[in-house]
Amino acid sequence: MMKIDALTNGIVIDHIKSGKGMSLYKFLNLDALDCSVALIINAQSPKFEKKDIIKIGELLDLDFDALGYIDPGVTVNIIEDGRVTKKYRPQLPETLTNVLHCTNPRCISSTEQEIPHIFKLTDREKGEYRCIYCESKAKS
Amino acid sequence: MRSVLDITDLSVEEIDGLIATANDIIANPEKYWDKCKHKKLATLFFEPSTRTRLSFEAAMHELGGDVIGFSDAQNSSASKGESVSDTVRVVSCYADIIAMRHPKEGAPRIAAMRADVPIINAGDGGHNHPTQTLADLLTIYREKGHFDNLTVGFCGDLKFGRTVHSLIHAMSRYSNVRFILVSPEELRLPGYMIQEMDKAGIEYEETASLEDAMPKLDILYMTRVQKERFFNEADYIRLKDSYVLTPEKLKTAKPDMPVLHPLPRVNEISVAVDDDPRACYFKQVKNGKYMRMALILKLLGVE
Repeated sequence: MMKIDALTNGIVIDHIKSGKGMSLYKFLNLDALDCSVALIINAQSPKFEKKDIIKIGELLDLDFDALGYIDPGVTVNIIEDGRVTKKYRPQLPETLTNVLHCTNPRCISSTEQEIPHIFKLTDREKGEYRCIYCESKAKS
Repeated sequence: MRSVLDITDLSVEEIDGLIATANDIIANPEKYWDKCKHKKLATLFFEPSTRTRLSFEAAMHELGGDVIGFSDAQNSSASKGESVSDTVRVVSCYADIIAMRHPKEGAPRIAAMRADVPIINAGDGGHNHPTQTLADLLTIYREKGHFDNLTVGFCGDLKFGRTVHSLIHAMSRYSNVRFILVSPEELRLPGYMIQEMDKAGIEYEETASLEDAMPKLDILYMTRVQKERFFNEADYIRLKDSYVLTPEKLKTAKPDMPVLHPLPRVNEISVAVDDDPRACYFKQVKNGKYMRMALILKLLGVE
């Protein structure tokens, strides 16, 4: 099994659905970071058989809430002095800004330049988001 | 800055307040002649809608205010490629309040995010048209005297008719309101709206027959069945006359059942119905102006 050093200070995004790791990596713009980042694809997991993991070698203020939309099963672990000091599962955020784009061609967001693309959570049970401009349902 | 983009932006109490103001304007118009003196309304119509624009302009004139604006995107900087955001920022420098019509859904929301003055949505594509709903509500109130305990029939194009959707949302907030939805199969109310009514426990009935629904109704709201909504002409020709209101069909209606229509009408209400005292669609136009006056007063904070 491949071995990646344990973190002293940093963030571990665990239980990422196998195959989703790269989208999370891109969504969080991790390629722009200076610190060490490990993206582990298809790690063995007793719970899921296979999972993806992201390890970030620094404590950063990232938009973890939006992860709840991309993959609701993820766990975020904050590591300080080699110990997990905080562990949580991001919930579906009330709003998503610039995560999704409205696909309704009649929506003003299809023509107006440089506006924030905002979606609001309209049904938590179904995980349904709607565009704040035209109220069309988000298509993921 | 308070804007009205959707009918649900106004609470039931606020709508009651607007109705009270509109009724007072009707009873004492002279009291309001100078209420908006030295105030300017900008009517920014990025697509033509003569009826709605004239209603807003007449409303502001009757309040003693002035009107600036354009009636077509071709006559504005939008034709040079200016964004909605920039247009409303510029117009905010000249006007105290903006009424905006735009072919794109959600354009007034962008305007409200950017402008320094209140925005009234005067129609954004097939999305919302709250001041039409205010006109409908005042008409219902003036004809029936209340909103509770009414059976409201909607007839025609319930799938694409934004006025129908908005009025259902507005009326659903009152107690014991029941809807009878009369339409061809192809133009039934969208599934999400049916789900919303089921969830809220609102009573409704769907039918294809206007004749069957007629005797049960306290209010009839007619809409236009447009030819382009059908997949083929044969279906349109087969169905179009089923949704035309005639004096004959009105015979089984209650004697005090107002007939509403957002206009323009093509042929869905026979001209012969116009002389029936229950025909309220032209009153509805006038009521629209009074509700727009009440809304302008409210958003400008004029007592």
